[in-house]
Amino acid sequence: MKHWAIWLPLALFGLLFAVFASGLIAPGDRTIASQMIGKPLPDFDLPQAVPDRPALAKADFTGGKPKLLNVFASWCVPCIAEAPVLAELARAGVEIDGVAIRDRTADVQQFLARNGNPYTRIGRDDVSKIQFDLGSSGVPETFVINGKGIITYQHIGEIRADQVPMILQKLKEAQ
Amino acid sequence: MIRALILFLSLALAAPLAAQDSLPPAPYAYRQLEDPAKEKAAQDLMMTLRCLTCQSQSIADSDAPMAGDMRNQVRERIARGEDPEAIRAWLIERYGDWVSYEPRVTTMTWPLFAAPVVLLLLAAIIVRKRFTRARAQGGKS
Repeated sequence: MKHWAIWLPLALFGLLFAVFASGLIAPGDRTIASQMIGKPLPDFDLPQAVPDRPALAKADFTGGKPKLLNVFASWCVPCIAEAPVLAELARAGVEIDGVAIRDRTADVQQFLARNGNPYTRIGRDDVSKIQFDLGSSGVPETFVINGKGIITYQHIGEIRADQVPMILQKLKEAQ
Repeated sequence: MIRALILFLSLALAAPLAAQDSLPPAPYAYRQLEDPAKEKAAQDLMMTLRCLTCQSQSIADSDAPMAGDMRNQVRERIARGEDPEAIRAWLIERYGDWVSYEPRVTTMTWPLFAAPVVLLLLAAIIVRKRFTRARAQGGKS
């Protein structure tokens, strides 16, 4: 055996060690980004979630003005943290349309009464169909839809207060 | 008594933290299709689709509400006569290759498929060399 070959097992060990160490130190990103960015919003027509807000359909997103499509639920804890941030965006003149996932009217009403209602329209989806249509894998998620009904940005998880300028920028870019 | 009360209160207050919806499962989340052939096709597909919220399970194995909703989608589409591979393609279009457990040959994954062939060829060459050398030596002695 050539003398350099005795180092081969050590080198292999070093390589494996580096692979495992990097995997432990920086575990891979487990969020699943939607592949629908840049594509048109799929067709949907959802019933009303609460009596005081109109229902939501795809046609509501083709009016020429960029909007936010927020997927939320009354049973979703991060959605409570997100509520004041959405209210701030609404005050800044952003139109936010919501979809309540797997929710009851009474529960949505209670959630909105407690946390504020930043939504212009709220649709109701009892079987998460809109999430599969959008490539969304949880609540809350927020999509920027431009005035022609094209999805331009996906925000996974709640929007934090310090992310408001970024969202406003994304809406501006969608114009 | 007081301890029981405290326990009850803490349990009652903790309940909202278990973020789970109160809606019953989607119609076809736990119900099989009436046609056994269609149910078989749906089941085969569901075994190879990955749950989005519990990422190491297939949607057939998972009890997450979203997996139930995905099973409902799959069964409804199969009942409508859609091809299982078309349903898989519909999901890959939205979530990427990630959502499917069935590997595809792409520009990124082809080495995985090529590696066994290359290794077999390599092994064949090495074995051939060994044998011919052994035969040559055997012939000499």
